[in-house]
Amino acid sequence: MRDVAIVAFAQTAHRRRTDELSEVDLLMPVLHEVLGATGLKANEIGFTCSGSADYLAGRAFSFTMALDGVGAHPPISESHVEMDGAWALYEAWVKIMTGEADTALVYSYGKSSPGEVRDVLTRQLDPYYLAPLWPDSVALAALQAQALIDAGDTDEAALASIAARSRADATTNPHAQLTGDVPAGDHLVHPLRTGDCPPIGDGAAAVILAVGETARALCARPAWIRGIDHRIEAHSLGVRDLTDSPSTRLAAQHAGAFERPVDTAELHAPFTSQEVVLRKALTLGDDTRVNPSGGALAANPIMAAGLIRLGEAAARIHRGESDRALAHATSGPCLQQNLVAVLEGETAHA
Amino acid sequence: MTDVLSAPLVVEFPFTRSLGPVQSAFLTGLRERTVLGVRTDEGTVLVPPVEYDPVTANELRELVEVAATGTVTTWAWNPSPRRNQPLGTPFAWVLVRLDGADTALLHALDAPGPDAVHAGMRVRIRWAATRTGAITDIACFEPYDGAAGPDEPAPHDGEFTDPVTGIVAAARLDYVHSPGRAQSAYLKALAGHRTVGERCPACRKVYVPPRGACPTCGIATAEQVEVGPRGTVTTFCIVNIKAKNLDIEVPYVYAHIALDGADLALHGRIAGIPYDQVRMGLRVEPVWAEGTAHPDHYRPTGEPDADYDTYKELV
Ligand SMILES: [Zn+2]
Repeated sequence: MRDVAIVAFAQTAHRRRTDELSEVDLLMPVLHEVLGATGLKANEIGFTCSGSADYLAGRAFSFTMALDGVGAHPPISESHVEMDGAWALYEAWVKIMTGEADTALVYSYGKSSPGEVRDVLTRQLDPYYLAPLWPDSVALAALQAQALIDAGDTDEAALASIAARSRADATTNPHAQLTGDVPAGDHLVHPLRTGDCPPIGDGAAAVILAVGETARALCARPAWIRGIDHRIEAHSLGVRDLTDSPSTRLAAQHAGAFERPVDTAELHAPFTSQEVVLRKALTLGDDTRVNPSGGALAANPIMAAGLIRLGEAAARIHRGESDRALAHATSGPCLQQNLVAVLEGETAHA
Repeated sequence: MTDVLSAPLVVEFPFTRSLGPVQSAFLTGLRERTVLGVRTDEGTVLVPPVEYDPVTANELRELVEVAATGTVTTWAWNPSPRRNQPLGTPFAWVLVRLDGADTALLHALDAPGPDAVHAGMRVRIRWAATRTGAITDIACFEPYDGAAGPDEPAPHDGEFTDPVTGIVAAARLDYVHSPGRAQSAYLKALAGHRTVGERCPACRKVYVPPRGACPTCGIATAEQVEVGPRGTVTTFCIVNIKAKNLDIEVPYVYAHIALDGADLALHGRIAGIPYDQVRMGLRVEPVWAEGTAHPDHYRPTGEPDADYDTYKELV
């Protein structure tokens, strides 16, 4: 097995709208930042993989425009997933594990500002039974939240405290969009209030992965990917127990998350209620610091927010603030798809 | 911000989707006010039905009929319905387990307010007045205090006259598109019948239309450079099939044109010359139609053809 690490991470300052920036304008600063941090030139990268969604821009193949920012000519080895960048990172990790590359640039971006993101996301749903009803992303999350309340797993006050903790933590995150005292607000879709929901915004993120000695040469304290796995639930919501996330648990098990405690968990939970589900699925206790970045409740650039969880967890290891961190990314309604990675700093031998 | 263009962008598509045997029976059944489920190998009844078991992935074909009454398993009160949602007045989203089913169906519940809704409440289907074989044939659910339907669903052969075999999934999404700084500048210049590209600070290439970055160097471009108006045909094709809604007689020529001073060819239609006389190296200039924001076509300038070496890098 090859050892693969995240050696650099960058993200934009996430904002409600960025009309003056094309996708490539949004991306280039973070691409340059991770390349600059490692000293790598674009043409020295072994594999490039990105994540985005055409539906956000309303334009087919919108990601090809963004490719200008990575110096795609002369030809490079490149791929794209119509998913959060966390899944692009997974593809890049596989590419390195199979020996096809020694370094990889992974990036993702999402501009939610051009459209109505609640409507746009309905187009991801089952086209026969769900999409014709246009159930929006907040409504589906609210169904899950009510199921949790009825099961006694949480209540509105506990959800509000998750929101408050996240936005308070985000005050130390210069990239966050929503920080500090954010009012709980009115019910957007009962039982979720505006404060339980993520901000809508535009943003981008990038990471660089590298293998073994290359990683050590590029980064003082690489964040080694000790395990990574992703799983999916049955796509019909009515088949699932919405109060649980067996796919997260299974992914975590395969990623080795339960072998030893983690000190940090970056959970991709855009809605407060989803943190409740994930904490339960991952059996996280109070000794694990959850979303010190503020999480997706502070900044939720769709398609990048999952990759940012991996990046934030890695950055804490880079800074020496964490030795073993769990990073989680989700996609689809009500935590339908879940990816879990376990990251570690170099073991400190006595 | 003010110098960035923006415009409404409407994306509309009537996706036509075919149905498998189970989905066809289910949606045809709704048209006939009959709700069908499918039985899994384990004996559970899935409503809405699917064609492959979500646990074992085995093909499922055993249809059963369940009741039009059921129980809310979870709910969410929607105070502000959005366009296209099942009801225009505040309603509850609900997952409903119909009597005889083991799984729940997502739909809307017409109720007076959130205090009137709770998990475990009894509801029944309100059928749409006009039914076509779609999930929207269920207009919504409504509270119901009558007798429960049978727990044990009845076998059903799934046979109906005139079965529905497909759906049209119409969708419309509204955007406000902003092309960003570089393309806004390009479009504004075009409106003044000028073509403006951007030069890469590293490799010095001039890109037109500019997209704000050099694809070779991967860095931002910013220096504006006016190119053209004349240019050279670098390659072309002859279009022989008339496009729908396009008022251009075939055959015509579509070409790559390297405007003078540009390091990237753009494309446009060639006119003012018989289609079979267009050639690589032909010198052309844009023809602006009244009131449009881009050249209608390019026509020969009458200059001698450009030497191949002057444009070979751009072919
Ligand atoms: Zn260049």
